Amino acid sequence: MTPAPFGARLDDVVVRFGTQRRMTVAGTTYKDDATTALDGVDLTIRPGVITGILGRNGAGKSTLLSLLASYTRPTSGTIRVGPDAADDLWEDPWENPWVTANVQLVRESGDLQDEEKVSESLKYYADMRPYWDADLAARLLDLFEVNPRKKPSALSRGKRSAVGAIIGLAARAPLTVLDEVYLGMDAPTRYAFYDEILADYAEHPRTILLSSHLVEEVARLFEDVVVLHRGKVLLAEPAEQIQARGFSLTGPARAVEQIAAGRRVLHRQQLGATVQVTLEGAPADGESAAARAAGVEIGSLPLQDLFVRLTQPDLDARGAVAAGQDGGAR
Amino acid sequence: MFDGPEPIYVQIAQMIRSQVLAGELAEEEQVMSTTQFATTFRINPATAAKAFSGLVEEGVLYKRRGLGMFVAPGARERLLGQHRDAYFADVLAPALAQADVLGIPTDEIVAYVLGSNGHQPRPTTTEES
Repeated sequence: MTPAPFGARLDDVVVRFGTQRRMTVAGTTYKDDATTALDGVDLTIRPGVITGILGRNGAGKSTLLSLLASYTRPTSGTIRVGPDAADDLWEDPWENPWVTANVQLVRESGDLQDEEKVSESLKYYADMRPYWDADLAARLLDLFEVNPRKKPSALSRGKRSAVGAIIGLAARAPLTVLDEVYLGMDAPTRYAFYDEILADYAEHPRTILLSSHLVEEVARLFEDVVVLHRGKVLLAEPAEQIQARGFSLTGPARAVEQIAAGRRVLHRQQLGATVQVTLEGAPADGESAAARAAGVEIGSLPLQDLFVRLTQPDLDARGAVAAGQDGGAR
Repeated sequence: MFDGPEPIYVQIAQMIRSQVLAGELAEEEQVMSTTQFATTFRINPATAAKAFSGLVEEGVLYKRRGLGMFVAPGARERLLGQHRDAYFADVLAPALAQADVLGIPTDEIVAYVLGSNGHQPRPTTTEES
């Protein structure tokens, strides 16, 4: 049986670590420097959709993801999680057995019992997860060539990640959260992992959140994309809409520059006489034909380029995407 | 694959239309399932599903319950008709406009067309340049 996928909603969520009230000599109190991991996040995660969570190191990705699995409690704001339609019945995940049974978070660390065999960790998750598929787990152990009789501490980084991937998929949780699960996996293993996600998701639709730094590799897996930056949501919208934010041109420098003139350039790369630029917006009517006639190839907007541009510290590009911040990927 | 500027589902639909037009996909032949498509091209299944449902609406594909998607009878003829209509506006008109920009006289184009069609050998162009 496939359960109804879970959605999630965050309203004005703030997470601060290490906040402390301190007293001055004069007797007044002040707040000591705390790290603000999330700073007023409003976000809706659509049920039954694969959402990509992108952000630079320290952007708040892992904090956001751990909130959903009740690993972290917000400093303020509300979080609601629950199945598809009836979102008035969604519940706060914090210390909520119903939510935690239905949410599988796999962290980069794997959360494995290091001194027990891998098979023991799998048994533990099998007991915890009502929709666990033991056959799938066994097949994936084979596929990723993980010996379940070994202890996690005896496995390579990539194999430990593979165990995390197996847990994440075999749990079949209505809300599956994969936080940088690919670390240490070699390229063939990563691609096998992506294929398994897609195949199993197609057969058993559920909500999958996937965070990764390998933007180019995973861009096409996403139906929705969230970009976090410095604890805030910079952009949250369907991948299709993101793709319409720009396009790329490749061809002879002069012809490319002519079309690019007056547009906001997200990325530029030059190789001899050939230039590739990534531009904001869409090609104007007739521009495509003119470009082709001039030997310029028009391509899609690489999510990677947009991501890099958006999260560069010194740029005003954030203003350009303000329209994308109006309340998340609904 | 699917690197064009259009949304990926538009490009997928275009690919299937081209395959039907070229006869690579015969009428009544089954097309890949959404799942096969998603894993083969490593794209989100919803993207593939969107392309397929668009093609069903267009009458290029049809759904057989529990079996999958098939190329609709008459799909190729319909697509040929549509593409023939679009050929003049989308392909020939821009080509002629470009010829205009380059200063290629119409009779030279006519001669080229007649020649390359195999009706008669392509006449030698006047060597003025």
